[in-house]
Amino acid sequence: METLAQIHERLAARFPAATLTLVPNPAPPAQASLLLDAAHAREIAVFLRDDPALRLDYCSNVTGVDWPEKEIVETTRSVQIDPAGGPPRTIEQKTKRLQPGCLEVVYHLYSMALKHGPVIIRLRTGNRSDQITLPSLTPVWRSCEFQEREIFDLFGIVFTDHPDLRRLLMWDEFTAHPMRKDYVEPDDYEWEPTPHDDVLAKAKAHYPAPAAKAE
Amino acid sequence: MLGSGLIQGLAVTAKNFVKSFHDPARLVTVEYPEQKTKLPENYRNFPFLVYDGDQAIDGLRCVACKICEAECPPQCIYIIPDRDEKGRPTKKPKVFDLDISVCMSCQICVEVCPFDAIKMDQHFEIATAERFNALLLHREDLAKSDAYFHTLHPTEAAQVDAVLAEAKRRTEAKARPAAPAAVPATPTAPAAPAAKPPEPPPPAV
Amino acid sequence: MGPHHPSTHGVFRMMVTLDGETVVKLKPVFGYLHRNHEKIGENTTYLASMPYTDRLDYFCSMTNNWAYALAVEQLAGLPVPERAEYLRVILAELTRLLNHTCLAGFLLQDTGASGTPLMYAFREREKILDLFESLSGSRMMCNYQRFGGCRIDATPEWLAAARQLVNGYNAFLDEYEELITGNEILMARTQNVGVLSPALAVNAGITGPMLRASGVDYDLRKVDGYGYYPRFEFRIPLGDHGDTYDRYMVRMLEMRESIGILRQALDRIPEGPVMDPKAKIRGFKPKPGEHYGRIEGPKGEIGFYLISDGTANPYRYRVRPPSLINLTILEDLCLGHTLADAVIILGSIDIVLGEVDR
Repeated sequence: METLAQIHERLAARFPAATLTLVPNPAPPAQASLLLDAAHAREIAVFLRDDPALRLDYCSNVTGVDWPEKEIVETTRSVQIDPAGGPPRTIEQKTKRLQPGCLEVVYHLYSMALKHGPVIIRLRTGNRSDQITLPSLTPVWRSCEFQEREIFDLFGIVFTDHPDLRRLLMWDEFTAHPMRKDYVEPDDYEWEPTPHDDVLAKAKAHYPAPAAKAE
Repeated sequence: MLGSGLIQGLAVTAKNFVKSFHDPARLVTVEYPEQKTKLPENYRNFPFLVYDGDQAIDGLRCVACKICEAECPPQCIYIIPDRDEKGRPTKKPKVFDLDISVCMSCQICVEVCPFDAIKMDQHFEIATAERFNALLLHREDLAKSDAYFHTLHPTEAAQVDAVLAEAKRRTEAKARPAAPAAVPATPTAPAAPAAKPPEPPPPAV
Repeated sequence: MGPHHPSTHGVFRMMVTLDGETVVKLKPVFGYLHRNHEKIGENTTYLASMPYTDRLDYFCSMTNNWAYALAVEQLAGLPVPERAEYLRVILAELTRLLNHTCLAGFLLQDTGASGTPLMYAFREREKILDLFESLSGSRMMCNYQRFGGCRIDATPEWLAAARQLVNGYNAFLDEYEELITGNEILMARTQNVGVLSPALAVNAGITGPMLRASGVDYDLRKVDGYGYYPRFEFRIPLGDHGDTYDRYMVRMLEMRESIGILRQALDRIPEGPVMDPKAKIRGFKPKPGEHYGRIEGPKGEIGFYLISDGTANPYRYRVRPPSLINLTILEDLCLGHTLADAVIILGSIDIVLGEVDR
């Protein structure tokens, strides 16, 4: 199979308007991935599926990842030579940078026909609050159907052109997205007393004096 | 012939039915409260605390290091370390609670314990009429003797004894000879928890 | 139908629109057993997720353990000793026997063959569970694999008991097939019911025996060659029609192949440690990176996608549940069939709700 860099080159030649970024992976098996832009994702997916050398006909795993915005503190050290002839001083400069958050969808593609893979593609939303729309790849791979519904449910990414975008695991009236990193569970979810009194305290705070409840 | 598969299948059932009267291999059920199967040595359900010697609470091997509390996947262990009157830790648990309505019998507390203080019990008839307090085991309910541990898991206990004896020998060889063992040792378990943590047991215990 | 209905194998609900007795629309409803396994996995350490994987597909805890251990080992680049790899193959194939035997029992129960086939299947299942219990300490929640090996070594007595079971298993399968495989009622109920075309099966990401019943030759034991599977000789049974009967037969044939693998593994298992001596139980922190590791579970491809940020907890912990994805085509299979057929189609997909809902 071609390496991901080769696929990247071919895609860049085939879709010159698309922005493609190679995301490296430092883990030992080095499953690198390709970040696509949302506007061209559907065309590229169809290409990956139908290209005779790739034939990635099987989309195994679809998952969401939440990347909340993160404050990155960069420390730069510079050595300053004292003009008066004293010992050189090291000056530490801290710069704070706000890395914008996003929601990400990761697709693991394999080929059942040619028995190779994985090719990993990623899509990212603009932010985590209002630009959370991504094109659905369910029309390309049917196996995304439930998994994208699950991502919609648990991460809150809205997939356009999904045939049946409803919550999968949580109930329909539920409003939050539990897999987001900043999700706080309501205090009445777990009220069984355990030796760790925080659950009990939470439960007591939620149900103040149940005996006094008016019938 | 249509129906031959059916007849063949019925013949199998008939054969099993007749054979079940005299072939013990076909009688697989055990009449439980009257008959009991022998539990395998590796069987585990809920943890208990091992103590050395005769004193259940004083002889606990547990030093309240809280490793198991941190590693427990469902967070069912709750430990408060004991302190003496001067406020120094005595390396004993003041409170050791284990909620077996939460515990999932995964044995991770046993694996991570560097002192071989917590082991898995095999007592499974634990039904109670009360759901919360009766299933919350305290230090006193959990403490079981080392001899009991030896009857449950003889192989594992022998390995543990070897590890503890080795650790004791090493600390004795290294440290001053006056390092007193806080707890009298039983003949089955010569090692009391040494002042210095012994090497963790091999993970495959 | 459901969520509390004996045919749904758990708490699973199907919203079925019927025209007379014919299914015209079917929408599965999930989530009754949802406990957000992935969130729990992100909030605990790598090791602490291991017992939770038992509870995904509670029939196949050994393969779930293996899939998770494999993903973490690949993520962290840990070696596994030879004996542990053999033990893993043995346990995975025993799990496959266990799962397919139960499935055959449940499927026949769904067709209305009440009692006998299920009880015969459960009799054999008990024997395998006894083996698991004597090795790992628990019948179903084995929690046996660790990163870098297995928790406890198998004794020679255990291996002898496993060999005895394997040697007797063919006789059980013969008896079982004599009991039911040629049964005319079973054939009438299952043949040409719920036909799944290979093209749809591939596109919908169906894996496991269900995919191979449609004639697609894709088995990760051959394709990925994880573990020591390349060292064993075995064949991949394929179906022709993709109907319910093929799905049943593929599983019966797979069991025969599993017995072959087990015999080879039990003959060749070497002596040695079962745990990599450098593997850490406490304080395990893989370097940053991400990995998707997968194995061929009895129900299909079970994979774990992990993102590590260098801390003790995974940043992202994702399970690829084969049962859930195999349910994608439930509606396609059931359309035009009667409600009673929908029950056995669901039975032949082989779902476990612990894994579907996570």
